[in-house]
Amino acid sequence: MGSLVFDVAHLLAGGLVLLSLVMLYQDRLPALIRMFALQAVVLTLSVSWQAYAQGAPHLYVTAAIALAFKAIIIPIALQRIVVRLGLHREVETALSIGPTMVAGIALVALSMVVMLRVTAEADPLAREDLAFALSVVLLGLLMMVTRRNAVSQVVGFMSLENGLILAAAGAKGMPLVVEISVAFSVLVAFIVIGIFLFRIRERFDTVDSAALDRFREGQR
Amino acid sequence: MAVVVELWCVAALLALAVLAVPLSRAHAGSPIVYGGALVLSLIGLGNAVAALAAPAGTLALPLGLPGTGAHFRLDGLSAVFLAIVHLCGASASLYAIGYGRHADAPGRVLPFFPAFLAAMSLVLLADDAYSFLFAWESMSLASWALVIADHRAAENRRAAYVYLVMASFGTFLLMLAFGLLAGTAGIYDFVGLRAHPPAALVGGVVLGLALLGAGSKAGLVPLHAWLPLAHPAAPSHVSALMSAGMTKVAVYGFLRIVFDLMGPPQWWWGIPVLAAGAASAALGVLYALMQSDIKRALAYSTIENIGIVFVGLGLALAFTANALPAAGALALTAALFHALNHALFKSLLFFGAGAVLGATGVRDMERMGGLIHGMPVTAFAMLIACAAISALPPLNGFVSEWLIFQAILISPELPAWGLKLLVPAAGALLALAAALAAACFVRLYGISFLGRPRGPQAAAAREVDRWQLGAMLALAGLCVLAGVLPGLVIDAMAPAVAALTGARMPPQAGVAWLSIIPVAESRSSYNGLLVLVFVAGSAALVAAAIHRFASRAVRRAPAWDCGFPNAGLRTQYTASSFAQPIRRVFGATVFSAREQIHMPPPGDLSPARFRLRLVDPAWDGLYLPLARAVWALSGRMNALQYLSIRRYLALVFGALVLLLLVLALWG
Repeated sequence: MGSLVFDVAHLLAGGLVLLSLVMLYQDRLPALIRMFALQAVVLTLSVSWQAYAQGAPHLYVTAAIALAFKAIIIPIALQRIVVRLGLHREVETALSIGPTMVAGIALVALSMVVMLRVTAEADPLAREDLAFALSVVLLGLLMMVTRRNAVSQVVGFMSLENGLILAAAGAKGMPLVVEISVAFSVLVAFIVIGIFLFRIRERFDTVDSAALDRFREGQR
Repeated sequence: MAVVVELWCVAALLALAVLAVPLSRAHAGSPIVYGGALVLSLIGLGNAVAALAAPAGTLALPLGLPGTGAHFRLDGLSAVFLAIVHLCGASASLYAIGYGRHADAPGRVLPFFPAFLAAMSLVLLADDAYSFLFAWESMSLASWALVIADHRAAENRRAAYVYLVMASFGTFLLMLAFGLLAGTAGIYDFVGLRAHPPAALVGGVVLGLALLGAGSKAGLVPLHAWLPLAHPAAPSHVSALMSAGMTKVAVYGFLRIVFDLMGPPQWWWGIPVLAAGAASAALGVLYALMQSDIKRALAYSTIENIGIVFVGLGLALAFTANALPAAGALALTAALFHALNHALFKSLLFFGAGAVLGATGVRDMERMGGLIHGMPVTAFAMLIACAAISALPPLNGFVSEWLIFQAILISPELPAWGLKLLVPAAGALLALAAALAAACFVRLYGISFLGRPRGPQAAAAREVDRWQLGAMLALAGLCVLAGVLPGLVIDAMAPAVAALTGARMPPQAGVAWLSIIPVAESRSSYNGLLVLVFVAGSAALVAAAIHRFASRAVRRAPAWDCGFPNAGLRTQYTASSFAQPIRRVFGATVFSAREQIHMPPPGDLSPARFRLRLVDPAWDGLYLPLARAVWALSGRMNALQYLSIRRYLALVFGALVLLLLVLALWG
């Protein structure tokens, strides 16, 4: 069974990285949010598989939390925000798609090289998991850096957090408390950022964070 | 145990500092605080002298960083410097009982004075890097507070600012040095550092950092710029303490790091130390010769003396590294002896300058003159100090400089050619510095104490009170004593020297007629007592002869002349005219000195004007470019304060990717 366990885990983790790359070139917010939901679903599957492979039932709870919050509640809420703010037709990127994709691929290669070299003695399953998790984290960061729109920055942050959960699930012996607290902190961050989005919108009529910069320039 | 007594002294001084805050408002507060500091310093002095030959005592207290604690140790080297610092502290306290009575705002001086003393003692006792740096920085801050005690004068504020910048710079370098010494193992107590001496390359870097870090505190050229600003700005007893005590603590810091913690020296370590010392000695005294402010001239002369001490340390490094431990012991003893001597006569000189300042209200030598009539006792004490610092036998300054020259004369035995050539060059610079120092102090004494008063303040000067005179006469007595009985001092310093160089000078106690012999009796010896007897005898003989043959002889002179052919006060030598020959020789190149003489046209009755402009090359060559670079850089960095969130994230992201790249390429 060893080979099958490894292959499926590999497939699911690779799927997460692929979806991160897919998210990088979505220039419309509703599509971005849908891809994010899909990534959360794949994350759920991956964590469940880890739970099954490691025989660790508490990981099923983690998977359930991921499914409930990140695949269902948060995407629906974000979708409603986008519709209410009238952003669903907007196209925005700070950096154009091509260079972003190239940078993303380079980041994936970098994290592979680093992780595979550093964790030479670790369990191969954990190794692959960690390498993919680092890729997802870096791609999430890249998205936060390259996007102007506050909503897509939020989505980038959430996808970064997906990478963290993947890494946590891959490492054996991670207590459930840690995962639950991570999940809740993400939820709280989401709520806070959501409130801020509306406040920014009320005041500046846009959620383009460049408007904030212009405002601060004016204050100076 | 001696270390416990010293730490109690430190604790008592700190308590006194706290107590001084309410006391400074009371009428009798100032004598109580200074009296307390005097008693505590004397206890510490006695204790340190008793600990000179005793085995090292250690103590660990659960203070400071968690996990490491604070370690303290009192060994021979600490005891020597503790004795010096307590001696300075005791004499400054005694002096200040009288001097501090007339302070405008005692609350700005009284609390910081005992704290400064306590911090200096603590540096000398520290036995781990954290305690050492903490005490070092406390010492800097306490002395900074004393420098800015008179904060209304703009020049004092500037001096304090420059001092603070330089002190932070020095501490920063020392922190780096300890970081390198601690290495990846992270050992911070000195016991562990001693057991793990650094590798050759790291050792060289640590030497450079220690030389710059401790040297900036001691006043080595070109890091001296703060010293002539800060020392005169403080009240005179504090100037004495900073100039005589704190620079010695800096020398101690260098000794502790380089001689004690870094293991056996490399052959070339002496070279940078020698070069820095010789340059400081020659340039410091040249600067001193150009000053007309008496306290500034004394501050520059401190730079010279620190240079002499560092030449001794450089020689000691060169000799011990090249398997000549006996010569190394001679050079190190000479350096320590000179540190003690400088503490004695520089304290005395600053006390004298303070007395003059108190009596006349001026610091400019051009407005003094003839003070010997109004202040005969001060003038006598100052004369001894000036003779001592000019290295005239039979006083103490001569002994230590003579010992350093004896060490220089051994230099042909060094194996390395670079050192063989460099050491005599340093010796030549030292000889030049000694001659210029004599000129400098002839000028200082002659212009301010001899001749006729150049201003009404100088004419009205009256002798200071008995506390100040007591402190000055005690120090003058010690100067004579250390000059006449140098063997006692050398033997007292022998344990400290033996611990650092592995050898000692020949014991002086058994030498006949209280002579001292640096290497062997066949080579050279010196007898201070004999010189004293000879000087006293011949001076008495000359005085008697003059009195007998010249005073009673009948002479004819113009009527109403009184021995002064011209009554104009302006016909006397002034401070700048006395220095002119030397300024013309050295100043034009070293200080780019420019003299401008403006003569009114014939028929115009306005006075002729003489303007002199001196430039300290260290400011133009080092500090101003550095300051401009820092300013430009911070101007650029200022933009980082106003980035968008996305840019900040991009910076974090870039840093992360960069670190990962480093890991991928070299991990």
